Amino acid sequence: MKHGPRLWGCNLMSVKNHVTLEFPAVPENVEFARVAVACFASQISSFTLEEIDDVKLVVSEAVSNTVLHSYDVSGGIIRLSAARCNDTLTVIIEDFGKGIADVSQAKTPAFTTDPDRMGMGFTIMEALSDELHVSSVPGEGVKVVIRKSPHGAAKDSDDKEV
Amino acid sequence: METEVRVIGRVLVVGIWGELDLNTAPSFRSAVEEQLDANPDITDILLMMQEVTFIDSSGLGVILGRYKRLRPHGGNVIVVAPSPQARRALELSGLASVIPICDTEDEAWAKAVGV
Repeated sequence: MKHGPRLWGCNLMSVKNHVTLEFPAVPENVEFARVAVACFASQISSFTLEEIDDVKLVVSEAVSNTVLHSYDVSGGIIRLSAARCNDTLTVIIEDFGKGIADVSQAKTPAFTTDPDRMGMGFTIMEALSDELHVSSVPGEGVKVVIRKSPHGAAKDSDDKEV
Repeated sequence: METEVRVIGRVLVVGIWGELDLNTAPSFRSAVEEQLDANPDITDILLMMQEVTFIDSSGLGVILGRYKRLRPHGGNVIVVAPSPQARRALELSGLASVIPICDTEDEAWAKAVGV
């Protein structure tokens, strides 16, 4: 298949809208991030309210992970991008902190170093996303890519590559 | 997020309003812990969750932590009438298979051992 210029893993021509936000990795911004993405996602009118709630939960988990684990000192930056490619929502959450040495271990259910946390963040994110990609270079940061389409909406097969 | 707590017999009733996440979970936890520390006779917690507009694993972790605290003494944490979002999060996390969820207060009181 022939690919033209690509943006957020989408065919350039199918990108309908996109936003990028940067903010410090602090607990107060977890709500800001999920509400901002929910607001953006609601532009895809075929998302149900339940699906928008699912998007909020996924973003909340991803941003919480970054706030908790990415930086040893506070004030590190989270870059959050959201793009709409036809009816597919792509959310990218990046930080520039310590990174994850072993991504597959971090994704294991109940892998947590804190007794009062669920260790379920990645499991929830995987359950509620159509696609979830986590990549990391230790010392350089973590990048989480989430894709979700309205249930039953026809997916544009050209939009699926990362 | 706001909480309201009341001790009735050996049951701690906690009303929760708003969003439970990384930012608000600590004050939820300390509101509950304060009561548990002050009232060592408490066996059960009823969490009234109909007005919880959002909860993620930070909030769920606080619930799990209180369950772990009461369980060795035979007590329980009982979730009452969770909002649809809260119910979904409880189910996805697996917490719903550990902690009883009741649709009504009456049902919850019947489950609490310390009434």
